[in-house]
Amino acid sequence: MKIIVPMKRVPDPDNVDKVKISSDGKRVSSEGLDWKPNPFDEYAVEAALRLVKDSGTDKTTGEVIVASIGPEEATHQVRWCLAMGADRGILVLGDDHELDASVVARALKKLVEKESPDLVLMGKQAVDGDSNQTAQILAGMLGWPQATFAGRIETPADLSRATVTREVDGGCATVTVKFPAVISVDVRIVTPQAVNNNMIPPDKLNRDGPRYASLTGIMKAKKKPMDRYTLEDLGVDTTQRVKTISFSQPPARSGGVILDTVGELVQRLKEEARVL
Amino acid sequence: MKTPWFTEEHEIFRRTVRKFMETELAPHAEEWEEQKDFPNWIFKRAGEMGFLGITYPEEVGGSGCDYFYKVVYCEELPRSGCGGVNMALLVQSDMGSPPINILGTKEQKEEYLVPIIKGEKICAIGVTEPNAGSDVAAIRTTARRDGDYYVINGTKTFITNGARADVITLAAKTDPDKGYDGMSLFLLDTDLPGFSVSRKLEKMGMHPSDTTELVFEDVRVPKDKLLGEENTGFFEVMINFQGERLVAAISAVAGAALVLEKTMEYVKQREVFGKPLSKFQVTRHKIVDMLCEIEAARHYVYHCCWLFDQDKNPAKEVSIAKILSTEMAVRVINQCIQLHGGYGYMREYGIERAFRDARLATIGGGTTEIMKEVIGKMIGL
Repeated sequence: MKIIVPMKRVPDPDNVDKVKISSDGKRVSSEGLDWKPNPFDEYAVEAALRLVKDSGTDKTTGEVIVASIGPEEATHQVRWCLAMGADRGILVLGDDHELDASVVARALKKLVEKESPDLVLMGKQAVDGDSNQTAQILAGMLGWPQATFAGRIETPADLSRATVTREVDGGCATVTVKFPAVISVDVRIVTPQAVNNNMIPPDKLNRDGPRYASLTGIMKAKKKPMDRYTLEDLGVDTTQRVKTISFSQPPARSGGVILDTVGELVQRLKEEARVL
Repeated sequence: MKTPWFTEEHEIFRRTVRKFMETELAPHAEEWEEQKDFPNWIFKRAGEMGFLGITYPEEVGGSGCDYFYKVVYCEELPRSGCGGVNMALLVQSDMGSPPINILGTKEQKEEYLVPIIKGEKICAIGVTEPNAGSDVAAIRTTARRDGDYYVINGTKTFITNGARADVITLAAKTDPDKGYDGMSLFLLDTDLPGFSVSRKLEKMGMHPSDTTELVFEDVRVPKDKLLGEENTGFFEVMINFQGERLVAAISAVAGAALVLEKTMEYVKQREVFGKPLSKFQVTRHKIVDMLCEIEAARHYVYHCCWLFDQDKNPAKEVSIAKILSTEMAVRVINQCIQLHGGYGYMREYGIERAFRDARLATIGGGTTEIMKEVIGKMIGL
């Protein structure tokens, strides 16, 4: 089984105070920010590793490829995912300002045509732009089945299909998709029992959250291959569908009040905020 | 940012260690401080994470990394918020076990070093005695040969991990009439009859860690537990000291830097006389002074780490590094308490704990005064 995990590098969410908007209002400046893999994509890497790797015995039943579209520095975040246990990396050089979900989806489609994976497993959205579109557009372009917001994934031992529990408003929806497919994951995919491939025994080492890059993993990752392409190499149509008119900072928060009783809260929600 | 010391891989490892410290250890720091104890699973988890064998060769289960991975590890340790645990882990990886790596036979490494790196066996180093600290040659514990055994008698004190250790790398006199050239090292299993822990010592800081007094009464140690050759133990202990002092220096710098980081947050939000503390020039200058001291010590220590990675025995430089960094850490953290005012003195802010823990560093592993004597001798005074 071959899995491609698209991974975007995003500013560390802890840097929120450092984000600045350029004076013309056209861009978000990324100067001086720390970067990390988009958390939802890191969860997708974890889910992919749980699907095909047995960390207890080093047994593997598939390949995990981490693909990123970004500047040269994004190799760092790809290497990070390789240190977690993914097999190889792909970097497609591209500047954030030239990309929107449709350009990214078109680039991923080209990679899918090159690599013919059985599954594209990705985060439901990136925590910087929060578009939540790429997985859906990609599945549409490929004509593949899609299961978004996965909180659980179960596959039979022959890895022919996946039963996915999707986190939707008001509850869970369970769908079965045949491979090849596109699945996007939500946060609960990294709970200890969330991925079951009915082949590798439920791994006792599965902890809550994505795994650490272990020291041996980091050493191995040094030698793992990383392919580089440009959008041009892949023949990607780079026309953006989304035009950014301007960015602005959210209004500064005004001071809150601490209320003594729930009764008081209900009263003020009713009378002042008029939301009840 | 590119530096001569740290590559991309070092920085990935830094995130791993930081995440581990912040999510698996820090939440328990206060509880362990209160209990004056910590659970032994920490060694196992540290072993699984590869923290206990960073620079050891792969044949014994280590990762064979360069020394700057160790630097990264020591720099992130203070984020556990628990000096006692950090000390226990460093004794395991950098004080008790290096002699086994250097001197051990294949069988000794298999039996002791491999499980120590996995965190399955806990180790301690037994050198200090009531009347012999840095004056190692004056130890009085004896190991008398009797057929296939050595019979060990004596006492040791200030032994970290002493109450929980499975094995102690023990220094004893095999020729009591001689000084430094009559000393040998042994691997002493703590389940042997005649070994006992006479006291767990109460300390100023490092509360979770067990610091003990040990007694050896006719402990019969099989002769194949002799580490290296008879009467050569002193030299190994002396070389081992460099590694111990270096990790102390790195951790001291990192500890001071972390306290300063917290203090900077504090002075920005704490208001007095209508404005944040940080808006007073005296605060700013104090903080910058501390930053200068930290950065100067940090880069001198990096230099020593590089030297250590090359030749293993830069005694003069490491001694300078230990003085610079540990004395600086005590000074800096003391000033940070001052900037916190009354809150700095309160337990709940954790800053007085950092001070109590850091205070040990100018004493343990060779006092500042001993370091000065070492340096004095080496520069021909």
